[in-house]
Amino acid sequence: MVTATETKKVQIEIFRQDTPESTPYWEKFEVNYRPNMNVISALMEIRRNPVNADGKATTPVAWDMSCLEEVCGACSMVINGKPRQSCSALIDQLVQPIKLAPMKTFPVVRDLQVDRTRMFDSLKKVKAWVPIDGSYDLGEGPRMPERKRQWAYELSKCMTCGVCLEACPNVNSGASFMGPAPLSQVRLFNAHPTGSMNKDERLNAIMGDGGLANCGNAQNCVVACPKGIPLTTSIAALNRDTTVQMFKNFFGSDHMVD
Amino acid sequence: MSKDREFYWRRLHSLLGIIPVGLFVAQHLVVNHFATRGEEAFNKASGFMGSLPFVILLEIFIIYLPLMFHAFYGIYIAFTAKNNPQRYGTLRNYLFILQRITGIFLVVFIAWHVFETRFQAAIGAKEVNFNMMAEILSNPWMLGFYIVGVISATFHLANGIWSFLVSWGITQSPQSQRIATYVTLVIFLALSVVGVQALLAFV
Ligand code: HEM
Ligand code: SF4
Ligand code: FES
Repeated sequence: MVTATETKKVQIEIFRQDTPESTPYWEKFEVNYRPNMNVISALMEIRRNPVNADGKATTPVAWDMSCLEEVCGACSMVINGKPRQSCSALIDQLVQPIKLAPMKTFPVVRDLQVDRTRMFDSLKKVKAWVPIDGSYDLGEGPRMPERKRQWAYELSKCMTCGVCLEACPNVNSGASFMGPAPLSQVRLFNAHPTGSMNKDERLNAIMGDGGLANCGNAQNCVVACPKGIPLTTSIAALNRDTTVQMFKNFFGSDHMVD
Repeated sequence: MSKDREFYWRRLHSLLGIIPVGLFVAQHLVVNHFATRGEEAFNKASGFMGSLPFVILLEIFIIYLPLMFHAFYGIYIAFTAKNNPQRYGTLRNYLFILQRITGIFLVVFIAWHVFETRFQAAIGAKEVNFNMMAEILSNPWMLGFYIVGVISATFHLANGIWSFLVSWGITQSPQSQRIATYVTLVIFLALSVVGVQALLAFV
């Protein structure tokens, strides 16, 4: 029984790194338990009183967060060996000591904070948007069938959190693979009635350096994605689309998008 | 090799794994199976294969060149992965790793196998026939090495068919990919039985 005098403690071990280049090290912490705590509230507890488990004063731990409801993707980190969002990781459901580490697939900025710029660069590279800018009003686009809209909505849930890149064996510092998330966005925007008007551009972009062909079908991404996005189905579907695009490119067809 | 052309190199790698290398491996195992019908039947079958017209051209264009491209590019692919089975212990993650391990083992096995058989025949030191294989496989270590080699090849080919189907966008839905897993499992078992039975026929 936990009494008022002896508070239950939460054991946390954090893989810390002071600067992008410095050597990382493990530091242990103990924070007072409160009901319904999540990893972020435990980290906030450490920030309030930056003293490690040996009772020594230390620097507050750095991490990223924003929405606190698993929709922005900023707070992703490796928790007990699995990449996931720290805001939705409940202390009661985690084995202690809870081990927190940054997603090493990305450059570490500091402690648990990583730089996910490569994901945003990939989204730019694959043109993950619907181009409608121009000098006059283009009017309404074609309608999207409702059932297709519901399906596309699932793909649109991606929050660029980086968990699928961290899970993929082929995304690492020795390879240029952009990873599953931007690929699935190509499928989303190619399925959009207006977006599909530029689908050849997106397909050609993922047929370049670091693109689709780097996938080796380990299929960890689809297991790891917190949003349940059918990433491996998207990849296989894009494999078919790029097969067709490859023949169009090769045999010099003048049909660009249809 | 330019990274911008990566897509085409990877598709070529995938295609060559099936046509012609995969087809050759299947054919090779089936012809070897004549060994189960006795020395004479095997010598006749392998003699026929070895006496095909333009055999050296067939070997170069159907076996050596495609296999070498697939193998060397395969080594590059295998070493660019950072495997993480302790994090995701799923079947597909293990098969992904096994595909790479068997591929690398096959480089060693095939190099040794070609040296010991075809190369010896080419320099006129030996003749490829039943006795040659019986002699090689009389060493229990060699028999073990050959069994592992054959099973690596059948696994790599069967699992390769699975990933070929995904790489070209043929199997897309999780269900179709699951069915392909069962079908390729049957292919793996069937080819393994054919291959290992043939080996055992020499001892
Ligand atoms: C016995 C001869 C071989 C056969 C029949 C064979 C066949 C195949 C097939 C059909 C694939 C599937 C291609 C795809 O994913 O679309 C494949 C993939 C692969 N092979 Fe081979 N292969 C052979 C030898 C080798 C060797 C010697 C290596 C050298 C390491 C190798 C390395 C690989 C790798 C790494 C993959 C995975 C490619 C990927 O998933 O992206 N293979 N092989
Ligand atoms: S696909 Fe899923 S795991 Fe990958 S970045 Fe998007 S939300 Fe995260
Ligand atoms: S803070 Fe936005 S997903 Fe966790």
